[in-house]
Amino acid sequence: MIEVNNLKKEFGKLEVLKGISEKIEENQVVCVIGPSGSGKSTFLRCINLLETPTSGEIYIDGEQINGKNIDINKIREKLGMVFQNFNLFPHMTTMDNITISPIRVNKSSRAEAEKEAKALLEMVGLQDKANVYPASLSGGQKQRAAIARALAMKPEIMLFDEPTSALDPEMVGEVLQVMKDLAHRGMTMVIVTHEMGFAKEVADRVLFMDEGMIVEQGTPEEIFGNPQNERTKSFLSKVL
Amino acid sequence: MNVYLKGIQIAYSGIAVTLEITIFAVIIGVALGLIVALGKMSSLKPVKIIFSVYVELLRGTPMVVQALIIYAGVPMLAQKYGIAFRWDDPVIASILVCGINSSAYVAEIIRSGLQAVDKGQMEAARSLGMNHFQAMRFIIVPQAFRIILPALANEFISLLKETAVLSIISVVEVTRRSMLWAAATFEAWPAYLGTAIVYLSITIPLSRLVAYMERRMAQSDRSK
Repeated sequence: MIEVNNLKKEFGKLEVLKGISEKIEENQVVCVIGPSGSGKSTFLRCINLLETPTSGEIYIDGEQINGKNIDINKIREKLGMVFQNFNLFPHMTTMDNITISPIRVNKSSRAEAEKEAKALLEMVGLQDKANVYPASLSGGQKQRAAIARALAMKPEIMLFDEPTSALDPEMVGEVLQVMKDLAHRGMTMVIVTHEMGFAKEVADRVLFMDEGMIVEQGTPEEIFGNPQNERTKSFLSKVL
Repeated sequence: MNVYLKGIQIAYSGIAVTLEITIFAVIIGVALGLIVALGKMSSLKPVKIIFSVYVELLRGTPMVVQALIIYAGVPMLAQKYGIAFRWDDPVIASILVCGINSSAYVAEIIRSGLQAVDKGQMEAARSLGMNHFQAMRFIIVPQAFRIILPALANEFISLLKETAVLSIISVVEVTRRSMLWAAATFEAWPAYLGTAIVYLSITIPLSRLVAYMERRMAQSDRSK
């Protein structure tokens, strides 16, 4: 479903991704772990072209997305993205945050979009927050609203860029719970995270990245239980 | 009648012209300023340079000089090339001068407002499938507008004061009224005291309004 071939990304002289090749199947939950600056977020952001790869190919459902004459907006509709800093639209209510894209991009009717938004808000436990502005939500509530917003476009794949890193510790659980529910429903998910416990529990596969490369990958049991690579071992010994 | 009241009354008789010029100039300034701001932010180098030069030229010369160039200079230039052109009404020339002058400042205000919106907002909008134009229209511009509103109101206030220099191209606005009356009656002190009071009667309420808007904004920022 997602296939990446020899993906490279440079920022000026800095080589952030040094040739990543990876295949992510439908209904898989893949967690990407690794030290800061290892290129995890850049890898994720390349998948929906928030960063333009310097070279390499990315395929979604067999269709190359980083070639010429590609309607990137059409492809992004298949990909939901959740950001570390939520990026809710502060000038809109939670409801409008969720319905703006279905209405403006998919041309859904307002009634239809709001009906679906209500179901999503219920799913993330925010049914009573539909008409408030993001400013009055807690961090955990903001992130759950942001997940609902991304889901409103009915994506096939959800990308999470350190979704709990900006949260107070007591709010991490509620966001992870929503993500777990999503995983159990069979959503294909790529999650950049520092939550090792979550990765262990939910991931089908774990990718360990360091210095712009996928150094090791495997099931959570393999990666956390019996890491092979020295760098993986040294990283895990620091964070576990 | 009290000579001081008379001074105020004389200055006040020019208020319609002053406001007319200011209001139309701000409308032109905002419309042109938006184009200039987008031009300056363009990724095309030549476009960017042209609009940057435009802003530099306007911000680097006094408005009174710009007024003289447009009102007196341009008709002469036209004549030189055999085109009969003169400004029938200096008010029209004034609106044009002030509008163009203001556009340079408004452009900078708009540009800084657009750039003040967090980069993540554009990314979130694009990740939801919006194209660049939709993201600007529904997400970036509404937020930028709230940021720049106080600065735009300030620009309106300073433009209103600057229209005083238009008396040099014989526009009979607030200041010019007072000058004419002072010259005729030698009542310079009451005349110009009246001029100041008339300007203040507009600028003080407006700047209170700006301060109120800024406080409101600071509050909504705090609760973010």
